[in-house]
Amino acid sequence: MENKYVGKSELRVDAYGKVTGIAKYTADLAPKDCYIAKVLHSTIANGEVVKVDIEEAKKVKGVIKIFTCFDVPDIEFPVAGHPYSLDPSHRDIADRKLLNKRIRFYGDDVAAVVAEDEVAAAKALRKIKVEYKEYPVFTTAREGLSKDATPLHPNLFKDNVIAHIDFKTSPDFDYVKAKEEAIKQYGKENLIELEKNVKTPLISHSHLELPVSYAYVDVNGKITVVASTQIPHIVRRCVAHALGVPMGKVRIIKPYIGGGFGNKQDVLYEPLNAWLTTKVNGHPVLLEISREETIVGTRTRHRMDGDIKAVCTKDGKLLFRKLTNYVANGGYASHGNSITAKCAGIFKNLYKNPLGCSSEAYTVYTNSPVSGAMRAYGVPQAVSFAETLVDDLCHLGGFDPYKFRMDNIVEEGFSDGAVKFYTYGLKKAMEIGKNHIKWDEKRDKYKNQDGRYRNGVGMCAFMYQTAVYPISLETAGVRMIMNQDGSIQMQLGATEIGQGADTVFSQIAAETTGISLDKIYIISTQDTDVTPYDSGAYGSRQSYVTGNAVYHCGLLLKETILKYAVHMKPEYKLEDLDVSDNFVVLKKNGDKILSMSEVATTAIYEKDGVNQQIRAELTTETKTNTFASGCCFVDLTVDVELGKIKINDIINVHDSGTILNPSLAIAQVHGGMSMSLGYGLSEEMLVDKKTGKVLNDNWLDYKIPTAMDSPDFNVEFVVMKDPTGGYGNKALGEPPAVPPAVAVRNAILQATGCMLNDFPLTSQKLVEKFKEQGLIK
Amino acid sequence: MAKRFINLNVNGKDVEVGIDDRESLLDTLRNHLNLTSVKKGCEVGECGACSVLIDGRCVDTCIYLTVWAQGKKIITVEGLKDEKTDGLTDIQKEFIKQAAVQCGFCTPGFILKAVEIVGENKPYTRDEIKKLIAGNLCRCTGYMNIVTAIEHAIYNNLKQKGIKYEIANNKSSFNEDEKILDEKLEKVLSNY
Amino acid sequence: MFDIKWFHEAESVKDAIEKLKSDNDAEIISGGTDVLIWVRDGKYAGKALVSIHNLNELKGISLESNGNVIIKPSTTFYNITNNDIIKKCIPSLGEAVDMVGGPQTRQTGTIGGNICNGATSAESASTMVALDAEIHLEGANGNRVVKISDWYTGPGKTVRDRCEVVTKFVIKKENYEGFVGHYIKYGKRNAMEIATLGCSVLVKLDSSKTKIEDVKIAYGVAAPTPIRAKSAEEFAKGKHFNENLLKEFGEKALSDCNPRDSWRASKVFREHLIVMLAKDALREAIKKAGGKIDG
Repeated sequence: MENKYVGKSELRVDAYGKVTGIAKYTADLAPKDCYIAKVLHSTIANGEVVKVDIEEAKKVKGVIKIFTCFDVPDIEFPVAGHPYSLDPSHRDIADRKLLNKRIRFYGDDVAAVVAEDEVAAAKALRKIKVEYKEYPVFTTAREGLSKDATPLHPNLFKDNVIAHIDFKTSPDFDYVKAKEEAIKQYGKENLIELEKNVKTPLISHSHLELPVSYAYVDVNGKITVVASTQIPHIVRRCVAHALGVPMGKVRIIKPYIGGGFGNKQDVLYEPLNAWLTTKVNGHPVLLEISREETIVGTRTRHRMDGDIKAVCTKDGKLLFRKLTNYVANGGYASHGNSITAKCAGIFKNLYKNPLGCSSEAYTVYTNSPVSGAMRAYGVPQAVSFAETLVDDLCHLGGFDPYKFRMDNIVEEGFSDGAVKFYTYGLKKAMEIGKNHIKWDEKRDKYKNQDGRYRNGVGMCAFMYQTAVYPISLETAGVRMIMNQDGSIQMQLGATEIGQGADTVFSQIAAETTGISLDKIYIISTQDTDVTPYDSGAYGSRQSYVTGNAVYHCGLLLKETILKYAVHMKPEYKLEDLDVSDNFVVLKKNGDKILSMSEVATTAIYEKDGVNQQIRAELTTETKTNTFASGCCFVDLTVDVELGKIKINDIINVHDSGTILNPSLAIAQVHGGMSMSLGYGLSEEMLVDKKTGKVLNDNWLDYKIPTAMDSPDFNVEFVVMKDPTGGYGNKALGEPPAVPPAVAVRNAILQATGCMLNDFPLTSQKLVEKFKEQGLIK
Repeated sequence: MAKRFINLNVNGKDVEVGIDDRESLLDTLRNHLNLTSVKKGCEVGECGACSVLIDGRCVDTCIYLTVWAQGKKIITVEGLKDEKTDGLTDIQKEFIKQAAVQCGFCTPGFILKAVEIVGENKPYTRDEIKKLIAGNLCRCTGYMNIVTAIEHAIYNNLKQKGIKYEIANNKSSFNEDEKILDEKLEKVLSNY
Repeated sequence: MFDIKWFHEAESVKDAIEKLKSDNDAEIISGGTDVLIWVRDGKYAGKALVSIHNLNELKGISLESNGNVIIKPSTTFYNITNNDIIKKCIPSLGEAVDMVGGPQTRQTGTIGGNICNGATSAESASTMVALDAEIHLEGANGNRVVKISDWYTGPGKTVRDRCEVVTKFVIKKENYEGFVGHYIKYGKRNAMEIATLGCSVLVKLDSSKTKIEDVKIAYGVAAPTPIRAKSAEEFAKGKHFNENLLKEFGEKALSDCNPRDSWRASKVFREHLIVMLAKDALREAIKKAGGKIDG
């Protein structure tokens, strides 16, 4: 039977609230009498705070209290948005205090002012004097590996290496041996070897809503934080840890949030704010950091610096590869090595490696802004390595990049031991993309151009895990409770962050329960005191993991409804009944037996019966993980004199299983493509090498695409029902942000013959390269 | 610091507000008038999330002093309504229908910018629309559906006025039938 | 809320001058798109503000009987772009200020602020320099007129005294009549940009439309202040144009410039752009003027 809701372009359940201003975000809800907190940040990148003088600052009218790094609890806590691990060796690194004496990056948190208003708080900040002892600054991973670099967390690590990994196709893989083997098998003269280096940019998530929270102590003594976060339940744990209080003493409430993209998959200033309120007698404290502080001091996408080498045969068989990736993690560990590890895994897995592959990486503390999760979690970097490599080999060997990929890319049924392509649509996706862009025709037409304007077509492919099992727990809790009129409230720990989760969960609930979509009221706000546990929005996991939970909870609710219906109408058997469009019906002919409101009302008010409010609640654990995949194709024009790129046509094709809501899915792909174009062409945080200071900490100088920089996007899906997804769905939230940047880069390669390897490909870098290669004078 | 009363017309209502001279219009609208659809995104006029209409023109309120607004007419999304039905305006409906809303934080600013654009009764092309909305940043949508929503709203408006206008993307980006979208919208609206 | 010492909405230019004089911390504010940002970022924190925002005597554009165009300083970019006199007499100025930031900035930002902030990157600056605009000031010690070529003294600096108010910009008839202009703003993005380089060209063709009778070229960000490239102008005057001439024009312009290295762009890259944009801007201006350029 055809689905009624799942797979349809239902309108967002929160759109009305968002176009009218009814939808409230954290700062909109803050009480009017909140104190205002502001944070003092370090003006050095590496060193120690010797002394903080707050005397002058205290005199500013309106200042309530000032706290410094010498006042905070001596507790180091973790901040990564990962579920807790019962295994101590798998826990996130606890390397941060509420305020820090040991300064690890320019902008580290040194002191906090609580004041009656923001002007007083800002004035006081300017009057605090800090004395530092300074150490030499190192901002890159390679520098961090040097013996001269001061260890930033000597109590945790003897040097600055958070982790050193080497994912190999087999334990004995060795590049030199592989090369000997290749020479033996194919002959030296039949091989092409390429060595290169690729750098990826330090990126700011640039969600529109600033990370903001307000905290107060509630009537029951609970430290309550209302916060703009993707992960309320994890924030609760980390706040409790940071303050040294039991978990039950902390309550986190998450209203609508204005985007997160992974930045809010970290615990940010919530612990500090929770602590501040306890220090001012539980009075509400609003801590809203500025855009500048958000760019510098929250999290970023990792800047990676990869040495890559590979060998293929002259007839286009990719034999073996090696990546050595130097990953700057900034002053704190945040997600630690997990992003690097995901990058390493995808680099290795994306191609068949008949003679092997090694994906080695160092995740290193540096005196630069802290990197953490960002949409697609290391995979944009993985394809920046893998997919520029492939096109460069094709360029050198004269291969068609499409055909080369078809021959060498990961195949149907691939499993890395933990994650598997249960459905595989990658090659089909490439075929769709190729046809859309008119690949063969244009590759031919754009050969050997000269002159100022040159066209190119390029592509990039990728694969992506759905959710994070088996690396960590995948669990989701759902509660459904029925009103007298037969409508239900649905409550989940999973969060709506703009991606459309509430809408899709409502669709699944309507589909499985038989209650119509307009009678499903999803409670968008998470409140850790009442919301069932779910780790939150990240890893493209929610529609897969939580979607599954909603599906099972819906079935359970329906069973409860039907059992009650049988209690009311004993002449029917449970197995003969179903719920459809708000009625209990006979399965065989659809005859209506009872309305949902009759069942619900009777259940609640039946005096001598089995009185109950009809409800269902469960937690499901997901123990599968399936690869999604896809590609991007682009057609562009390069103005070689000015280094400007004009995108003529661009398409993303996604192998993401069945699509739960095409309109929202397509909209989400647009956003991801835009984000990737920023990565590819304009976005990079510039860190001064000497001081560690971020030079472009605002949206004038940190350049996310505006409407005028954004082409119209094309989106296609290869729809296959994945057996592991609730409704056959696989990851889609993050993947769109993966391939466009590299497709653009590869199209520029076709247009100009220039291999650009330092993302983003700004005009200046293009012009420099074009001059070097003699395209222009 | 000097406090004073100023008179404004906000969302069609005359109001007198006691303000501090140091306030931005963003502060006043949010803190005194509880118009929280006016969002703070950057505080330096780079993102447009705090845009409102002042005498019909879209302005960033984060870098606009409230004292300057004396006697002016201000519109926020809280004040938008269709003159005939009292319900959502056509622009708001198109934002919902074209999936132009995601996290929603930039949405009020874009909608007000769209009110200004549509009100000019000009047959703007997609590229022209992109230029007109370039002062509003969005990180979720890649702008495409926002442009489409505005394009459709322009179309609906010009059609009423008998002005010919061709839409480049006649359909939504997800190829849904306009009729089905209208039916779904009616269902959603019946809830409010 | 802004950290402002006191605020005064001026009732007249005289009133503004008086209030500016009354306190050394007082600064003038017009559209606010720069000044309020400086208050917020600390540079102007605690300043007193004298506002000319609502001063009607400082708004508007007019054409004098002698053909001079008068632009009052508190005229917004939006109003310049959409003004009929500008569209008719100096459309390239309207086009240039239509590239400032984004639409919202153009709605409140003013040309007075743009010229008085002294920024070399200011969108109106290079065109005003090419137009040899005159700046009329009123101060406590009387009025004076400053040629825009004498206006800028360094990055973010001008000859304006803190207590002086610009009352009008005058663009003389002989400086625009017969000229056709083109402005190119080069930025990393297509909107919400600070110019990496700005280039404004005004060209007058002879009656045959094959020869450059007169040409003026000015840059933003090619030096610490907006500048004219007079060697290029002298070189091109009276010459028949073709692609080669355009190229040489750009190369000549470079000799007048002194761009600097910054994290926003390297000196070498800016030098490259100086040549390229001169060529492109002159080509476009010639085309607009009805000239045809041969390869």
